[in-house]
Amino acid sequence: MATVAQAAALKARHDSERSVGVAFAIMLAFLVAGPFLLYPVFLMKALCFALFACAFNLLIGYVGLVSFGHALYFGWASYLTAYAAKSWGMQPEIAILIGTATAAALGIVAGIVAIRRQGIYFAMITLALAQMMYLVALRLPLTGGEDGIQAVPRGRLFGLFDLNHEMTMYIFVLVVVLAAFLLIYRIINSPFGEVLKAIRENEPRTISLGYQTDRYKVVAFVLSATLAGLAGSVKALVFQLASLTDVHWTMSGEVLLMTLVGGLGTIFGPVVGAFLIVAMENYLASFGQWVLIIQGAIFVVCVLVFRRGIVGELAHRLHVRL
Amino acid sequence: MLGDTVLETEDLTKDFAGFVAVRSVNLRVARGSIHAMIGPNGAGKTTCFNLLSKFLSPTRGRIVFDGRDITALRPADVAQLGLVRSFQISAVFPHLTVIENVRIALQRRRGGSFDFWRSKRVLHALDDAAMRLITDVGLADYANALAVELPYGRKRALELATTLALDPLMLLLDEPMAGMGHEDIGRISALIRSVASTRTVLMVEHNLSVVADLCDRITVLTRGQVLAEGDYKTVSADPAVREAYLGTGQG
Ligand SMILES: Nc1ncnc2c1ncn2[C@@H]1O[C@H](COP(=O)(O)OP(=O)(O)OP(=O)(O)O)[C@@H](O)[C@H]1O
Ligand SMILES: [Mg+2]
Repeated sequence: MATVAQAAALKARHDSERSVGVAFAIMLAFLVAGPFLLYPVFLMKALCFALFACAFNLLIGYVGLVSFGHALYFGWASYLTAYAAKSWGMQPEIAILIGTATAAALGIVAGIVAIRRQGIYFAMITLALAQMMYLVALRLPLTGGEDGIQAVPRGRLFGLFDLNHEMTMYIFVLVVVLAAFLLIYRIINSPFGEVLKAIRENEPRTISLGYQTDRYKVVAFVLSATLAGLAGSVKALVFQLASLTDVHWTMSGEVLLMTLVGGLGTIFGPVVGAFLIVAMENYLASFGQWVLIIQGAIFVVCVLVFRRGIVGELAHRLHVRL
Repeated sequence: MLGDTVLETEDLTKDFAGFVAVRSVNLRVARGSIHAMIGPNGAGKTTCFNLLSKFLSPTRGRIVFDGRDITALRPADVAQLGLVRSFQISAVFPHLTVIENVRIALQRRRGGSFDFWRSKRVLHALDDAAMRLITDVGLADYANALAVELPYGRKRALELATTLALDPLMLLLDEPMAGMGHEDIGRISALIRSVASTRTVLMVEHNLSVVADLCDRITVLTRGQVLAEGDYKTVSADPAVREAYLGTGQG
């Protein structure tokens, strides 16, 4: 039954798969060459935020759920990883697992509480829960209050690789982030992901086809929180620090900004957005408080000029999926 | 001969904070029939459908479907039992292709789709079935077009194909032919007729010639209440119906 229209569309689909492959190759080449051209710490920071933004995008871009509280999972995972590594002397991989599991557990609770709310109410509940846990972080001795947890040992990965060696640490971060990126790509392109897209497109219709959409949304929420937690855990080891900044609401805002600037609901958008924002923070640091204003201005320009975000706009112009 | 009752309501009532949109409706739909629900704008037809599909909870009353009390069930449960609705405002997944739209419904056959670790390539096994449904509603040439790009009548056809993909026991169709051209109406009428050979259809429709042509039984609703019921001849001869409905310029 292959008509002309079908054949053309089939070709478009293959072109899209190719465009994703090409973009991935470019990204990989950049990240492999990166530490020879740029500071590894900068790259590692950007990679952690790229993962954070990709996890956030899984929810906002593919389910249409806007969470204003994703700092909760990022920050608390970061605390638990730092605490496990420092106070319990855990190996890095175990410490990361503990932090990520914490985020998953928090995601399950928050997901179940928030998921029945629609639109702005959903966003408000996620924000309220995150603010509550921010106050807990401020008071609880475990987090070290205003000081945070400092001088977190990076340790030896699997007891073998010394992560204090900058290049070893970079390779470790790169492998973790790429694996998580590929997992997110798979989630989006799985039978589960198809249902998520249907929910984003038309939730009542999805329900009328017999899907318990709340359950799909909770699972997506937990996956997103868990992956955000993984990003926070890795970040704690990169900077050897977990602090209130990571659980503060501005962190939730920042990840939203990265995703929007890069391109909501695109595969590579959050990565591009994260690198851009982190680069801006680094190179504009000398402007002090002005960074926020410059960021705000860029955000406004992006929203006005590139409504689809940088990658979204590019994909639109080239008629491909990115 | 028509079979037993497949859907029955008892004293079905919906009160929107003082405004009673559906009042004490006792409906009986015979298995295998095409049953029309007609009535002027705002009569409560869509609200009725929302109650039957459990998108709204009734204030009072009972709904029995296929021998089972579904009054307390959730909408997705009702759909899983085989009572599937369409929407008055065409409900497609706009940024999915035509074939993806239908495949989402076919995917229900797998049970839950929580397998986020598996490639969606496994869904290509459903492509043939999807193509057959798409061809049945005359959309074969549009299989890979985005639903949002279809003209209105074709969107409705796609919605019908998606609903049929669930192989439901009973369909609730809310104005399936609104906004369609002559040719489409003919095709969709024929499709509904063939669908109803093994299923039951309850449909809201304003086009009375379609109703006369297609439906075994008609329920007339006005201001939330059943005004008359019977076959087309009985109903159209009823003076109260002529007054309330046909008299408003619809006939
Ligand atoms: N959620 C709601 N809250 C309050 N009132 C409602 C709600 N939904 C419907 N109504 C009211 O109930 C009445 C019946 O509406 P309904 O949509 O069921 O009519 P209808 O028979 O489908 O009309 P149409 O032919 O225009 O589609 C209308 O007066 C409408 O304003
Ligand atoms: Mg209506």
